[in-house]
Amino acid sequence: MTAFDTHTRTLISRTQLNRPLARRLYWTALVVSIVVFAFLFLFPLYWLFSSGLKSASEVEQIPQTLIPHSWQWSNFSTAWSSYDLGRFIFNTAYYAFGAVVLQLVFDVAAAYALSKLRPVLGNVVLGLMLATLMIPATVLVIPNYLTAVNVPVLHWNLINNPMAIWLPSVANGFNIFLLKRFFDSIPEELMAAAAIDGAGPLRALRSIVLPMSRPILAVVSIFAMVAVWKDVLWPLLVINDTSKMTINVGLLNLTGDGIPLNIEMASLAVAAVPTIVFFLIFQRNIMAGLTAGSLKG
Amino acid sequence: MATINVSHARARGLPREGGPAPSARRRKAPLGRRVRRNLVSYAFLIGAILCFLVFSWYPIVHEFVLSFQHLNKFGQTEGWRGWRNYQNMIHDPSFWTSVRVTLVFTGLALIFGYAVPFLLAVGLNEFRHAQGFFRLLVYLPVMLPPVAAAFLWRWFYAPDGSGFFNTVLHFLHLPTSQWLQSPNNTFVVLCMVIFSTWSNMGSGVLIYLASLQGIPGELYEAAELDGAGIFKRIWHVTVPQTRLILSLMLLTQIVATMQTFTESLALTRGEPGTATLVYQVYQDATNFGNFGGSAAISSVLLIVLAIFSGAYLYVSRRVAEE
Repeated sequence: MTAFDTHTRTLISRTQLNRPLARRLYWTALVVSIVVFAFLFLFPLYWLFSSGLKSASEVEQIPQTLIPHSWQWSNFSTAWSSYDLGRFIFNTAYYAFGAVVLQLVFDVAAAYALSKLRPVLGNVVLGLMLATLMIPATVLVIPNYLTAVNVPVLHWNLINNPMAIWLPSVANGFNIFLLKRFFDSIPEELMAAAAIDGAGPLRALRSIVLPMSRPILAVVSIFAMVAVWKDVLWPLLVINDTSKMTINVGLLNLTGDGIPLNIEMASLAVAAVPTIVFFLIFQRNIMAGLTAGSLKG
Repeated sequence: MATINVSHARARGLPREGGPAPSARRRKAPLGRRVRRNLVSYAFLIGAILCFLVFSWYPIVHEFVLSFQHLNKFGQTEGWRGWRNYQNMIHDPSFWTSVRVTLVFTGLALIFGYAVPFLLAVGLNEFRHAQGFFRLLVYLPVMLPPVAAAFLWRWFYAPDGSGFFNTVLHFLHLPTSQWLQSPNNTFVVLCMVIFSTWSNMGSGVLIYLASLQGIPGELYEAAELDGAGIFKRIWHVTVPQTRLILSLMLLTQIVATMQTFTESLALTRGEPGTATLVYQVYQDATNFGNFGGSAAISSVLLIVLAIFSGAYLYVSRRVAEE
């Protein structure tokens, strides 16, 4: 029972847990919790995938079958080909990738300037950027939509243009703040040494700041990517060309189609796969990004 | 949701290195070099500044301006209306329905989406095994495309026998329910909240777990010696020790749930009487071309959310200082 001993103590003490009765209770509670969690969080996904496999009549059958009688793998290919899911997923990945690149370029440059180059009025600019954290993007959709329809001064129409998703994502006060704080922790001596060696600001950014900032760059990239993948309202407003829709908007569009239930479930399953795979690959980074800062000090 | 999580960065940032008194050196630099230095700085900043200008700073002002304007259905300004948009809003019963739905949603989400993850985290923290498994599972729905998750649940909630919940109720010989099509609005909103809790609780649980692990074991030790039972230990040790994270999450939860949109759109299409405020904003603008009215609702929401977000930033600074 080394696991019991190495852990710091929590609500219930080790000695208490080591009593035979308590130990039995602990294992019972653990097994029950595992079953309940699996039921709550895994079963809906199982239901999604297995319903996507069923035939049209079986999926409507009352009572429902727990395991599909006939395994219609063709449902997934039907969903994929008739509802253009591949395109929606590709579009979303493309928008997400562009948002990551643009944020890395512009937000890193901005945070670097604010942290290391310290221009006149830099603090005012930073303050104005941080002030936007008080206003969630959702409440600005109307003016933002009108801006996307007709960008002030330039008179561009960004509707159905990827820029409508990429450019607003750059205006992310939170990511700039994260980056700036991280850059602040890079010692000035290193920057001074680079300057003495004749490195300009761009060179110093490339060969000192960026290599040292990999963890925070990963966090910002993941935030940017997940944000695009989870957004519904904004792409719904600015992308209405079917061939350019994101996966969320594409799915919303499916329902009006009189699509059979089993094919609908197969579509949802296909739509869920990329995010599940992404999560399984990057779970450590995702969870670290989420919790690291919420810890005290 | 992560967009306003400032505590993150503050906690992450290491204490700043002093450096060799930059001001003294900079003052000696010739004017030409200083100008050049600033030009270079602003060259680095220009991309972000322009994006903020066009998609954040200007829209904040523009929102209030729009709310006093009359716009045609293409979004072109056709003159001023004064307070008319606001007056129409106040006299529109559907506005008050969506206010009610939003408030009920936020209220119920405080019971489910806020309290449940904390209790779950307190329980999970006691397990010495399978921690990774629990974290992975509880966070899985957070990663799903929201519309895919909502459609799956809409089918779970199907009012006839094909819905999963009704199948289970039927199997247990219990009366089935209309779920999302129930005539009782509050019950429908509850169904929305349950879905919303399922899909979003992952981040809350993980954040609570992280902060629970920071509680010194001696505190529990001492409480136990004083004869405190499990519930007293939770109340007198766990809760006070996570007080700031709890208040931070409370504000996050309020700000997030007051912007509920996808639940309305994908689960019920706002029917019957289940449109949230943001859904109302969306619908007024897209279906009715009433941009001025939408802007009026958004402006009110903006002020309310800015107050909560301001409180959030204040509390998060205190978290960072502790």
